[in-house]
Amino acid sequence: MSTAITAPAAVAANTPYERSAGFWTGVLRKLARDPVAIGAAIVLLLLVAMALFAPLLTPHDPYQASMLKRLKPIGFENYLLGTDELGRDMLSRLMVGARLSLFMGITPVLIAFVIGSGIGILAGYAGGLVNTLIMRTIDVLYAFPSVLLAIALSGALGAGIGNALLSLTIVFIPPIARVAESVTTQVRSRDYVEAARASGAEAFTIVRVHVLGNVLGPIFVYSTSLIAVSMILASGLSFLGLGVKPPEPEWGLMLNTLRTAIYTQPWVAALPGLMIFITSISFNLLSDSLRSAMDVKN
Amino acid sequence: MIFYLLRRIVYTIPIMLGVAFFCFLLVHISPGDPLVAILPPDASAELQRQLMTLYGFDRSWPEQFFTWLWRALQGDLGTSIASGRPVAEEVFKAVGNTLMLACLATLIGFVLGSLFGFVAGYFSNSWVDRAASALSVLGVSVPHYWLGMVMVIIFSSWLAWLPATGAGPGGSDAWAWDWEHIQFMILPAITMSVIPMGIIARTVRALVADILAQEFVVGLKAKGMTDTGIFLHVVKNAAPTALAVMGLQLGYLLGGSILIETVFSWPGTGFLLNSAIFQRDLPLLQGTILVLAMFFVLLNLLVDVVQTTIDPRIQRS
Amino acid sequence: MSIGISVEHIGADPHGDRGGPAQPLLTVKKLVKHFDLKKSFLETLNGGGKVVRAVDGVDFKVLKGETLGVVGESGCGKSTTARLLMHLIEPSAGEIVFNGETVGSPALPLREYRRQVQMVFQDSYSSLNPRLTIQDSIAFGPQVHGVPKREALTRARDLLARVGLEPSRFAERYPHELSGGQRQRVNIARALASEPRLVILDEAVSALDKSVEAQVLNLLMDLKDEFGLTYIFISHDLHVVRYISDRVMVMYLGKVAETGPAEALFERPLHPYTRALLSSMPSMDPDHRTEEAPLAGDPPNPIDPPPGCRFHTRCPHAEAVCAQQVPSLESENGREAACLIHEPGSGHSDARAAIYAA
Repeated sequence: MSTAITAPAAVAANTPYERSAGFWTGVLRKLARDPVAIGAAIVLLLLVAMALFAPLLTPHDPYQASMLKRLKPIGFENYLLGTDELGRDMLSRLMVGARLSLFMGITPVLIAFVIGSGIGILAGYAGGLVNTLIMRTIDVLYAFPSVLLAIALSGALGAGIGNALLSLTIVFIPPIARVAESVTTQVRSRDYVEAARASGAEAFTIVRVHVLGNVLGPIFVYSTSLIAVSMILASGLSFLGLGVKPPEPEWGLMLNTLRTAIYTQPWVAALPGLMIFITSISFNLLSDSLRSAMDVKN
Repeated sequence: MIFYLLRRIVYTIPIMLGVAFFCFLLVHISPGDPLVAILPPDASAELQRQLMTLYGFDRSWPEQFFTWLWRALQGDLGTSIASGRPVAEEVFKAVGNTLMLACLATLIGFVLGSLFGFVAGYFSNSWVDRAASALSVLGVSVPHYWLGMVMVIIFSSWLAWLPATGAGPGGSDAWAWDWEHIQFMILPAITMSVIPMGIIARTVRALVADILAQEFVVGLKAKGMTDTGIFLHVVKNAAPTALAVMGLQLGYLLGGSILIETVFSWPGTGFLLNSAIFQRDLPLLQGTILVLAMFFVLLNLLVDVVQTTIDPRIQRS
Repeated sequence: MSIGISVEHIGADPHGDRGGPAQPLLTVKKLVKHFDLKKSFLETLNGGGKVVRAVDGVDFKVLKGETLGVVGESGCGKSTTARLLMHLIEPSAGEIVFNGETVGSPALPLREYRRQVQMVFQDSYSSLNPRLTIQDSIAFGPQVHGVPKREALTRARDLLARVGLEPSRFAERYPHELSGGQRQRVNIARALASEPRLVILDEAVSALDKSVEAQVLNLLMDLKDEFGLTYIFISHDLHVVRYISDRVMVMYLGKVAETGPAEALFERPLHPYTRALLSSMPSMDPDHRTEEAPLAGDPPNPIDPPPGCRFHTRCPHAEAVCAQQVPSLESENGREAACLIHEPGSGHSDARAAIYAA
């Protein structure tokens, strides 16, 4: 009897195992076949590269003002995209502006992903009273439209990068926690979690081995769909003067200070908004593609 | 269903209390002394103490909360620090303007969004569908405050068809339903309608495609049902959800109008919030947020109740 | 020796058995599970709520090395009983004694009990974690109980081989790449990995194709002999239960209707419910038709079960007394039936005659 058992194992030890592709490999493969996803990813990579290497790429000093060269049109002398209301080079400012704009758009979602997942998974796995307490509190924050909540919080906290990040993080925790809670509640009732409980494993071990791997994917995809919103909101806060303070270049703030110039240099004035638009649409398209790539039905 | 509706209404009470508490907290999370904005730098300790008592900042938290809540329930939202006028008065004047704009925007968004969504869903996976889908992605991705600027550039500055900012000729406050005034609404309303349009188009597209793919509809088609019959069937089945989405979007616009109102200098709640923030007028900020958030909560409730009533398929227990 | 259990089984007292082979491996006493219904708004105001009596006072024994089949219509409480036995849900009342020790007592902590009792679920897909390779899924249980990872993986591959899945081909696959029958083999391997004594099979072959079902059943019977296992086999398929079981327990609305040796019970059912259930079974033999009318309608609502004998609303032999008196589980010659007809002096007009007939 025991020989019958050991024999295949001995064979197995010498032959390489047929390793099959993991879930994420499959998702990446599907994404690689999706032209929209590739386009959006390339745009985003270029934007990130531009942000990272901005100091090396800028043709002019983004802070260098010039009273004589205020509000020059696109293509003026060697100012490829014109100059702003203080005569600073638009191209350089847009490049450097990518740093703060991307940072302020992505960071709140990242932090909210960590905190919101934690809260939602705890509520979903614990169930019962813990779930009720957590989710009813979340419901209160969810009762505010996101723009209003962001503006209320940063309006009360006052202007500044830190306060804007904090406000936006608080805005994104409730929706992420809701999704995390509902996915976890679903996974918790699956038989493999029951089987793991039946094997006598501790709750923490079950969450680590059997729950996380199955819930983080959907929560992550949902969170990526929030980055576009976050980009628009973060720049919107700066646009209202609640986020980044001058003279730091940030697209929303630039859009605000150039508002007075829409009659004199309309196309220059619209440029920072175009950057926000391009970024947010790329994030939206990539997130949509990611969602359909992860959909098992396709 | 009656039980569901009752429960849904009762459930709204703790949410509203929570929302009220959050608005109350806004003043307390804000750094610094809220009185700084109105106190002269050389104010005496006596004057400072008097003002503290006047605004109630010298009492304990729960006491302040319940006093504040009790007054708010009676329609007293405090006094604006900047203008010295009652907050409720300022907020309700502004809410009217915002509501007008948001309703028009929702209407435009609903009509256009349903149209695009319907066509896309009816001809799903054709080029029309792809174009409509692209349009709805554009709608939800565009920073609307920037879109507002672009609209001003094109229609006010370049074509000079419509006025750019304000809510009436000569910057007057009085509103009237004549072209002189209505033309001021058009650009902000169209700008505002872009987001609900994108979302409604997406929803309607999915609904229509789903309904048409249902087996009994395929069966009806095979039996020779007319296109009008199928159209009516689709409309009847898609309408409750589409209307519900529209209701929720109206709520989002009410809360989210601040950026667009700022661009167009529209004298609504967004404009009010903006000035409250810059003058650090916390009672005004708190009152405006409270009113808008309560509006949103009640609108949610209303949408749920109406949807449950008109759509018998929704089984809620 | 790769699978630790095999050699020890040959010894006289392989599991530290208590009370010898005649003592039951599992004794269930007065097991009850009532689920609270979600309270409606008005009931919350009144402070009360209704309960679903999913399992309502169940007693039975499982002998060492036997296969106990459990049958009944859907909703009769068989799956709830399985989950109660695994302690996946807390019983509302009752006691489970395993190998002479009460489960949850210091002598048999829940964790140790859970190593010795394992379960195979009906849905082969949902019972495997889609993000784990099947060898990781199988190795999880032993690792929980302190087996080092390498050893647990070796054990997993050996078990894969034993259930008929070539480890070199299957060990690092994911569940979605396997067929239903293959996945159920993995689930069996997973259950066996922690070296249990009792395996609860909850509709374990019900979702499989008939041909695959037969293979898996035969595999289960082989494994039982090889590892000295005891099975509780829950199924709605009477043919399969008859084929695999030594004894059978029939459940109706959260209670035991009848138990007895499989052949005797199928040949000569005592409880009217069992007779009705069996008559719904397409017979292979035209000489073996029952005259009993097959069951009509659905079982009554377990929120509000009928008083007295729960079957009286659908029973062709029901009399007034059946609605008043709860029948007790009378045992005779290794058979038990909860029916007033088999309870002497119960007041049912057939009571005497039936006893003589038996």
